[in-house]
Amino acid sequence: MSGNSEVSEKYLNLYRENIDKISSISAPYINSFRSSAFERFSKLGIPSKKDEAYKYTNLNIFFDHDYRSYFLPVASDFIKAEEFRCDVADLDAHGIVLLNGFYPTINDKLRQLPSGVWIGSINEAALRFPDLIEKHYGKYADSDTDGLVHLNTAMASDGVFVYVPKGVRFNKPVQIVNLVQSEEDMFNQHRNLIIVEKDAEFSIIICDHALSPKKFLTNAVTEVYVGESAHFDLVRVQNEHNAACKVTHTFIHQEKNSITSSINMTLHGGLIRNSTYHFLGGENAETNSCGLYLTDKWQHVDNFVNVDHAFPNCTSNQLFKGVLDDMSTGAFNGRILVRPDAQKTLAYQKNNNILLTDDAKMDTKPQLEIHADDVKCSHGATVGQLDGDALFYLQSRGIDKHEAKLMLMFGFAHEVIQNIKVEPLRERMDNLVMQRLRGELSRCASCVVKCG
Amino acid sequence: MLKIKKKIIVRIIIMLDINNLKVSIAGKSILKGVSLHVKPGEIHAIMGPNGSGKSTLASVLTGREFAEVTEGTVTYMGNNLLEMSPEDRAKEGIFLGFQYPIEIPGVSMVNFMKTAVNEKRKHHGLDPLSASDFLKMMREKKELVEIDSKLANRSVNEGFSGGEKKKNEIFQMAMLEPKLAILDETDSGLDIDALRIVANGVNKLKKADNSFIVITHYQRLLDHIIPDVVHVLYDGRIVKTAGKELALELEAKGYDWIKKEVENNVIA
Repeated sequence: MSGNSEVSEKYLNLYRENIDKISSISAPYINSFRSSAFERFSKLGIPSKKDEAYKYTNLNIFFDHDYRSYFLPVASDFIKAEEFRCDVADLDAHGIVLLNGFYPTINDKLRQLPSGVWIGSINEAALRFPDLIEKHYGKYADSDTDGLVHLNTAMASDGVFVYVPKGVRFNKPVQIVNLVQSEEDMFNQHRNLIIVEKDAEFSIIICDHALSPKKFLTNAVTEVYVGESAHFDLVRVQNEHNAACKVTHTFIHQEKNSITSSINMTLHGGLIRNSTYHFLGGENAETNSCGLYLTDKWQHVDNFVNVDHAFPNCTSNQLFKGVLDDMSTGAFNGRILVRPDAQKTLAYQKNNNILLTDDAKMDTKPQLEIHADDVKCSHGATVGQLDGDALFYLQSRGIDKHEAKLMLMFGFAHEVIQNIKVEPLRERMDNLVMQRLRGELSRCASCVVKCG
Repeated sequence: MLKIKKKIIVRIIIMLDINNLKVSIAGKSILKGVSLHVKPGEIHAIMGPNGSGKSTLASVLTGREFAEVTEGTVTYMGNNLLEMSPEDRAKEGIFLGFQYPIEIPGVSMVNFMKTAVNEKRKHHGLDPLSASDFLKMMREKKELVEIDSKLANRSVNEGFSGGEKKKNEIFQMAMLEPKLAILDETDSGLDIDALRIVANGVNKLKKADNSFIVITHYQRLLDHIIPDVVHVLYDGRIVKTAGKELALELEAKGYDWIKKEVENNVIA
């Protein structure tokens, strides 16, 4: 086994001890993936800094710890989750709450929305819509290098299912609120599947919150299928606390002429790793992959992006920006793979970082593998301080240095925020980011626990 | 009683008083003893060949840190200007029209101007403008300087053409209503139409009690903005001061005769 064998052993044992319990509450089709996923996890293990894709991220801080694992949902746990209200003003969205990775046991486990759209529990969907699940589940999430993807497949038993049928232009976004709540330190996993069929349009917002001041470790996998000429937008808002670790793996599979965007807004969290995989699986597909991370204290945020250009005439844009304060650290790894047939590819990548202190640190690594000759690819990475000329320009108009710095940082961040299409969310993000930069928001603004 | 009060107002004679100013950048002497006195209501033009120290003078007056003052004094409205921060200078009424305006992506013109105007109001003990009053002010000033309405909705200078950037400087000047505006080669890179708009903006903003220092390489801007005094800055010194006719003479004869005069004086 590569990876960290001692730490990995904990999770192998966790599987061995609990697999019967997990299987007993899961749909057979989901169970059918478990043993082979376990084998692959056994080979790969928990990634360590020796793994190229995790070179700058020390997962052990969170993985090498004894957690209570959440395998069986308890109805009473959902009472607090039901009380949770998203405070984004004017956000008109269909809401789903996941608690510790599970869909609530209280209400219907699957809801039909107008135009034949279904949202609900993935485990329930595996029983009710076997054709859809068998066509898409486990088809996009794969990794030869990351054992955590397989750990999720081996043990996750619930999560969100979304189905948008052919031709449905669903204007109202769906909002998934992932809550973690426990009186003990807790490890949990969930698995989402989003199917957006041909010519459909759909947008989803995923918000991560922690409801209690405990140590949390979440390992989540999201698979997205975007059919021919379909549009799909994903915004992920991560606003937890310093004792929370979130590892997300998002696999977006696109057919021809489809357009997608993925925006990771990381405002707060102890250790966050987002792996986003974009597969451009047909001609004229386009994807925009963005991220913004604001870190302070001992936080660490790592964005890993993999864009796979498998067909000609596709476009991809990556824009990731970070402001790092105190002794916080960050990493960015942006891979662009252009396969031999993918002529006329346009692939761009930008990663800009501002370090506010001498102790903050950022590692950024572009990785371009180009096997076609008629392509346009570019990448640029910067790690630096605020632009002195711009600072003076603002000061020369009578704006105090401190305020001028804030304006510049906000402007820097806004370049990512402006890609959010849902207006109330965009405004809310502008506000949250401004508060965060002013130091007024040292924890989740909408968090109900005052855990600091 | 009234008469006496009037006298007191009139007695604020000198707005900007520069005496024997010496400045170096990275150890290299750039300004070698500049003296300049600007009264309220005056327009001073500072001309001179490239590298004579014109932009350095503008930088020192507005508080850029890279230039080091080694000798001399600068008094603005009775206060030691050199001790003031750039933002305080601006709040006290100094404005710099940049030779190369800076692009600031992500900061909207509206937000930028609202912050600047209200910071200045706060400094003078005034309440911030209401949103509607502010927008009304924006509209009026935009018309005054003939700036495209859409520019105000964009990020500061981002993607603006050279001419638009310069017009935007004049727009900001109109918004901030400075007492002393320093325009650093605002005419460079402008076509005739943009030049006219910029000059008209300055002329419309000209009042009896505010002053301008117009730094320029060419005489053509001074066809539109008529200076009271023209100075020639050469090799870190003001080597000639005269009326507006000096600008025409420079246009006709270039700077060589001035250089020769200076060299002859040094030899003599």
